[in-house]
Amino acid sequence: MPRHTISVLVENEFGVLARVAGLFSSRGYNIESLTVNEDPVDPTVSRIVLVTSGDEQILEQINKQLNKLVSVIKISDFNGVDILERELVMVRIAVDDRTRSELDGIVNAFRAHVVDIGPRQVTVEVTGDDDKIKAFIALVRPLGIKEVVRSGKVAMARAIQLNSDHRGRRESSQEKVQS
Amino acid sequence: MFSAPLSMKKLSGAQIVIESLKAEGVDVIFGYPGGAILPTYDALLDSPIRHILVRHEQGATHMAEGYARVSGRPGVVMVTSGPGATNTVTGIADAYMDSTPMVVLTGQVSTSLIGNDAFQEADIVGITRPCTKHNYLIKDVKDVARIIKEAFYIAGTGRPGPVLVDLPKDVQQAEAVFKYPDKVDLRSYKPTLKGNLRQIERAVEAIEKSEKPLFYVGGGVQWSGAAGELTRLARGLGVPVCETLMGLGSFPASDPLCLGMLGMHGSYATNTAVCNTDCLMAIGARFDDRVTGRIADFAPKAETIIHVDIDPSSISKNVKVDIPIVGDIRSVLSDMLEVVQARESIARRRPAWAKWHQQILAWQKEKPLYENNHRNGDAVSPLQVIEELHNLTKGDCIIATDVGQHQMWVAQMFPFEKPRSLLTSGGLGTMGYGLPAGLGAKLAAPDRNVVVVSGDGSIQMNIQELATAVEYNIDVKVVILNNYFLGMVRQWQEKFYNTRYSYSAMAVPNFVKLADAYGVKGYRIERPGELVATMKEAFGTPGPVLIDVVIPREEGVMPMIPPGGSMSEMLFA
Repeated sequence: MPRHTISVLVENEFGVLARVAGLFSSRGYNIESLTVNEDPVDPTVSRIVLVTSGDEQILEQINKQLNKLVSVIKISDFNGVDILERELVMVRIAVDDRTRSELDGIVNAFRAHVVDIGPRQVTVEVTGDDDKIKAFIALVRPLGIKEVVRSGKVAMARAIQLNSDHRGRRESSQEKVQS
Repeated sequence: MFSAPLSMKKLSGAQIVIESLKAEGVDVIFGYPGGAILPTYDALLDSPIRHILVRHEQGATHMAEGYARVSGRPGVVMVTSGPGATNTVTGIADAYMDSTPMVVLTGQVSTSLIGNDAFQEADIVGITRPCTKHNYLIKDVKDVARIIKEAFYIAGTGRPGPVLVDLPKDVQQAEAVFKYPDKVDLRSYKPTLKGNLRQIERAVEAIEKSEKPLFYVGGGVQWSGAAGELTRLARGLGVPVCETLMGLGSFPASDPLCLGMLGMHGSYATNTAVCNTDCLMAIGARFDDRVTGRIADFAPKAETIIHVDIDPSSISKNVKVDIPIVGDIRSVLSDMLEVVQARESIARRRPAWAKWHQQILAWQKEKPLYENNHRNGDAVSPLQVIEELHNLTKGDCIIATDVGQHQMWVAQMFPFEKPRSLLTSGGLGTMGYGLPAGLGAKLAAPDRNVVVVSGDGSIQMNIQELATAVEYNIDVKVVILNNYFLGMVRQWQEKFYNTRYSYSAMAVPNFVKLADAYGVKGYRIERPGELVATMKEAFGTPGPVLIDVVIPREEGVMPMIPPGGSMSEMLFA
């Protein structure tokens, strides 16, 4: 089933994440990635970016049910929209004298950063979309991955929409219609 | 000494709750006191608001539902924390499913104790999150007035529903200046009331083009107060109307265009009409599985499905809709009436639609509901009981039912002429709803006759509320259709489980003696010859009355479309 990224603007109040998450769990829908952050410009709101999968009908229901929540202010469904997606990943990788330079090469190629160094391991921070993260992990895996943490995905629509289908765009900019 | 101006006077959180309820025009609260809500109960004692002390908190929620459905205003419940709060969950879930406005105020342990497994602590906000329209935990006394204002606003507007407000004891005791907000401004909650005019025109065009239009109306029509508009529209066009369980009474049953209930226990003619319509307009209904049966076979010939609903999430949830109209039904139907009146061409469609209506009437003749009314010698038919209570009330009464066979017999057989006359648990199917709902209804409409029709199983789920009826002398007539079975369970076991009656037969108490113990006049009817005279005497007795009517043990509700089935699988016996 296709994956979808949805960005939800909510009131910044306790319990709001439980409301949003509960909506998914009570219908048996899975959340594959989730980030929640207070808006730095307007601290009365938070932004939840989540990735889920489902067909058109499930997605439509998710949108409508999210809209129905009193704490939800606006939904941007990025279905069919050109977006910027980023995720930050920290990977702790085993190194020895032989592999240290190989890792340096990968880090440079991916414009990643070494953020912590120990005698036998190096922690690298890498930022990018899904494909870039997957490629990076695939390349460093043979070196020996000790630990990986991922931030979850954040997303934003691009300023210029070249390839989007119109329906998706219209829905993404639709103001909340409330029951 | 200067005294502070009145507007600066501080009130306790408890007093603010009561002042807020007064500002909302609340005249009655259904509740049960306990430790964590005592400050608010103390403040309540000095207020003019009437309090009905129930015998179980579930009873309070159903009374509030009955009150809300008859009055159209949110019913108010007040209970304590922990078990008091958890006992309201069934009623809250019921109100959520049937879009019933309700405000539930629960006591909570003090904020410093929350999360500590304190005595009578329950996370009621967490528990009720999936079955409330919205809920609140108030942590600051300064928020009390605003949140109660919002709670009533959210409960009563848009698609109505229950809102719970959790009140920690220390918040009730803390003090703040009371100022009730004039209006609510929630940036995240703005119900769409006005339907899109272009969509309404498209709907009218689709109806005009159709040969066999049909309206399918649900509970939303009653909540919106749109029965008048619906009636004018259907009569004006000559389009037949079928109703869901919750929609009964939206359109006068005596009008030949009224086809009664559709779905699992709908008549042959009504369901056949649904199968043959080429243009179905759903109005305030939500395509519940008890209505549609197998989705793929629902309204298979409908080229156009129109759906009018205030809740966008109801649209295209179960059935793909061609013309959605989001808005308040009354507003949408008013606009639709104007569009129709401005189109002369639509009047020319009447002969074609009259033919379609004649066809449906012919189906009614072909297979009527309950030929000969099932009169069978020495046993009282449940249908005769319903007929008799229609005679006694001249059809002008509010009926509250429980859940099961008796509920379906009432829905099939009682001709509801007015909206807000049938109170029943449609979505959740809550046994034990009827008696308390009937009591709440009577308090909302003291001048109307209120009859509770129940079963021997259902009545026992909240029979303790007879004590409430007696204490406040609430005049309801309780009719039990007693077959010593959980009748609907038995019927399903007969049809779908090879007559293996697994725990559906039930020993019941002597209801007359039980009524007597509560101080309620009790009657028992065992033979048809006793029916008319005893019912008449019982209905003529002032105050609450209980009538235990013995009906045949294995009578069925017919016809029936098996669950998940389609019209072609309809059972007639």
